[in-house]
Amino acid sequence: MSEEYEMMCGIEIHQQLDTKKLFCDCESNLTEEAAGGIYRRLRPTTSEMGEVDRAALAQFMRGYGYRYQSCPCETCLVELDEEPPHEVNADALETTLIFSELIGASVIDEVQFMRKIVVDGSNTSGFQRTSLVAVDGSIDAIGKKVGILSVCLEEDACRKIETTADEVTWRTDRLGIPLIEVATAPDMRTPEEVLEVASRIGSLLRATKRVKRGLGTIREDLNISIPEGARIEIKGVQELRLLPDFVSNEVKRQKMLVRVRDILRERGTKPAAVEVVDATEIFKDCDAKVIAAALKDKGKVLAVRLPGFAGVMNGDNKTLRLGSEMAQYARTVGVKGIFHSDELPNYGIEQSYVDRLREFLGMTGEFDAFVICAASEKKATVALELAVKRANAGIEGVPEETRDPLPDGTTRYSRPLPGAARMYPETDVPPTPIPAARLERIKNNLPEFPEQIEARLVKDYGINAQQAHQIVRQSRDDLFCQIASEFDLASVAATTFQNTFQELEHEGIDTDLFTYDDLYAVFSGLKAGKFAKEAIPAILKEMAKGTDLETTVKKLGLSAVDAGEAAAIIEKIVSERADFVREKGMGAIGGLMGPVMGALRGKIDGKQANELLTAAIRKLLGQ
Amino acid sequence: MYADFLSKKLSDAGADEGCMLNVTVAGKTYKGVLMPHHEFSGQDIIILKMKSGYNIGIRLDESSQIEVVSRPVERVKPETAEETKKGLKTIVLIGTGGTIASYVDYRTGAVHPALSTSDMINAVPEIKEIANIKANVLFSIFSENMTVPHWQQLAKAIADELNNGADAVIVPHGTDTMGYTAAAVAFMLGDVSKPVIFVGAQRSSDRPSSDASSNLMAAARFCVNGNRAGVFVVMHDGSGDDVFAVHNGTRVRKMHTSRRDAFKSINVPPVALVDRAGKITFNCDGRPVSKDRVEVRSDMCQDVVLLQFYPGMDPVLFRDIFMKSKGVVISGSGLGHVNSNMVPLIKEAVDNGTIVVITSQCLNGRTNLNVYNTGRDMLNAGAITVMDMLPETAYAKLMWALANTKSTEAAKGVMKTPLAGEMSDRRVML
Repeated sequence: MSEEYEMMCGIEIHQQLDTKKLFCDCESNLTEEAAGGIYRRLRPTTSEMGEVDRAALAQFMRGYGYRYQSCPCETCLVELDEEPPHEVNADALETTLIFSELIGASVIDEVQFMRKIVVDGSNTSGFQRTSLVAVDGSIDAIGKKVGILSVCLEEDACRKIETTADEVTWRTDRLGIPLIEVATAPDMRTPEEVLEVASRIGSLLRATKRVKRGLGTIREDLNISIPEGARIEIKGVQELRLLPDFVSNEVKRQKMLVRVRDILRERGTKPAAVEVVDATEIFKDCDAKVIAAALKDKGKVLAVRLPGFAGVMNGDNKTLRLGSEMAQYARTVGVKGIFHSDELPNYGIEQSYVDRLREFLGMTGEFDAFVICAASEKKATVALELAVKRANAGIEGVPEETRDPLPDGTTRYSRPLPGAARMYPETDVPPTPIPAARLERIKNNLPEFPEQIEARLVKDYGINAQQAHQIVRQSRDDLFCQIASEFDLASVAATTFQNTFQELEHEGIDTDLFTYDDLYAVFSGLKAGKFAKEAIPAILKEMAKGTDLETTVKKLGLSAVDAGEAAAIIEKIVSERADFVREKGMGAIGGLMGPVMGALRGKIDGKQANELLTAAIRKLLGQ
Repeated sequence: MYADFLSKKLSDAGADEGCMLNVTVAGKTYKGVLMPHHEFSGQDIIILKMKSGYNIGIRLDESSQIEVVSRPVERVKPETAEETKKGLKTIVLIGTGGTIASYVDYRTGAVHPALSTSDMINAVPEIKEIANIKANVLFSIFSENMTVPHWQQLAKAIADELNNGADAVIVPHGTDTMGYTAAAVAFMLGDVSKPVIFVGAQRSSDRPSSDASSNLMAAARFCVNGNRAGVFVVMHDGSGDDVFAVHNGTRVRKMHTSRRDAFKSINVPPVALVDRAGKITFNCDGRPVSKDRVEVRSDMCQDVVLLQFYPGMDPVLFRDIFMKSKGVVISGSGLGHVNSNMVPLIKEAVDNGTIVVITSQCLNGRTNLNVYNTGRDMLNAGAITVMDMLPETAYAKLMWALANTKSTEAAKGVMKTPLAGEMSDRRVML
């Protein structure tokens, strides 16, 4: 690539569709109602060459198995791999076609479902059903056309519930929920561009009106590389706002690893041999928590010498952190962690232990380093092998990896980048022809683009552009239009969707989870005078806990107050402060609005309170 | 089937399955490997496997262009030599076809029968730890295409292997008619002195979740450690891969279209359960394994039919069938009934020398024609009952009884005598 760039990023977006499941008639909800635990195993199958993936087979031979929970409305024999898939869900396919046309992609003439082999247990069958529906689309974002390489329609996987030493428990509610997978070209060059492109694709997906909302219903995979770095896949980011953090942190990480590589090469560091030695004797009286605990469990302290690696595992003011990468590899086998010489003495391991270990290992070279692990002999050995493997890979640069996103915007090593997916035809699902006439009909009835909807809302309902943008971004435009035209509450609704929702989000409430019916009921109640608009934030906060509107209104003491009742309450407040009112005259209104609203907030609106207060003061003053 | 224009385009370009092609349609070019045409695909569609692994169907017309980029590289599969370990028993696998013995060519997606020994053993290499395995493929057909001559050929092959040193025979079989075959072979092999186990799969072995290998392992463990002679069917006991049921071959029936635990013993508990660690729990007594020579009596009379009674069954429609058959098995309603219109036909057929055997479409429970008038009329007409024998088992047994006795009366006597655990006069709460 001749273009100069700091980093390159492509995104894969997985959006759940709001239809029934892709290959059966089950509901596509997540639920806490789950029962049973059917025990299954997944055997790595032989390839066309008659070979089996050895690592996967070794895991199978060790007796690794899975348990699958069933859910009442979300699991049938199809999810449990006890019945062949039915025909592809027509709504899900239609939605995928609509999205493909929205981005001007070429739809495949005849869609073929494939089986993509996945043996981690997340699919009961051992494969994910997936199909390529369209290729070569584009969207307008970041001031250019961003390429969309492919649009796929596929099944979501099970949810992981629990992991033990030899079993993983999965829940089958999520399995089979239709997903649209949108893969962009590696066209993004800054963290901000990644966010903008992801947002744009998200709003185009929502424009189809058939996608699910809420955390976890849209997940992104990021593919990031820098010059001299490597392709890193960050899989399953759920929070859009964190995308720029993941990207910039990954760029930093790769730059750091390139620096580490340069230092190691300059030193002429050679790959370290994995010579694991038993150093238990040296540490037998050590108080360090991890070590003492491991020894108490009859574990061992094993060590490996790493010539040439000093100072890059944790050095240059903690900016070189190869040690942290090594630890992430080691932890994949279930050890608490590793200790390396750059970080010691620390963690209760005193200098005297470090000195004795250095002597024991015969460390004399300037850059000699070591890494130790305290655990059962078997685990510690494998953990150290992985740690040394990772250290050695540092000489080559950045290893290609799949990484898991963490809540703070950083990532953790998950597994090596998978090779080319093994896919073969799903022979139980017939191919689906997509006639040109069907595409023509879809093309002629495309949903409005987000910006078109925004313009319409501004024009028809007199709200401002920012409000319209928020409403469309939240995919609340249909609801908004109904509230605006049926109840004449455009302005209140716009304020709610923009400002109130933003406040709620700050308090950690996922406003996406309010259903159309929930929110419709709130505005219907407002229109009927059951409470005042000032009560809406409190009502929504309560409803977010799962309380229904009627109970919420009762609980918050918002039950409607009629004008007579309100007037009586206000007159009482005024008479209690008669001296103040006589002293200030009509100027007392400002001082009294506080106590009045305190007594009546949510029961009557501010304008009405003001009118009643004015009348009460006049009455007292005998005007 | 491709449309003529497309067949011609493909052959003109020399484009065979497996070739990498550039296909240009309306100015857009797709590059991918040509896959086999799907039965349900449009005639103007070709299927290409893209670099990403996805298959796509592309519609071609007269103006489309096909260009071969490269031809497939022939791949040679490594052959695994048969190994023999001292101290292990010898199990012979006799392949007959079906889901369990087929594999998918991941390159083309086509399903092929497993034709070689190594294909079958390679699918379950750990089986070699518990026994020396030899395998041969007798035939390779879906079980719905099985015929009586197939049963006869199979029984002879099993006996040959057992008489030539095999400690047990496992027969991978399609599941649809596995119960019929197991019953027929059970009668043909009589008091077979060693285990003969039919094994099927409800999920094909190309899938990581296939039940083929775990069923095969459970069968092999039962052969090696069960010390039980007879003809059995081994399949999943429940939906999970943790418990496997060993059924008597004459008592078992496929009771679900797709579940792993489709096979159920009817009217009796399964002979034994085998767990995933290989532990065997027996539910009933049986014959231990011995060194006796296995005798085959594989003659069958094929003039036998199996009919299901239904309300409104019209004797006029069935007259020819009753009169031309040497044996008729009826799966009657309830205790074994047919409507009263059918009774004279039964009498006419019996008088004509046909054996009419009554079983029940309830499957569970014993037939009894003494309870109601219609039943008593059926008995008077000459129908016989066979206690709680399954209709399919009665069908196989009647063919065998007619061919292996000298008179109709003798055949009736055989039908009423338990030979291979196929019937009993005592049922308990299961």
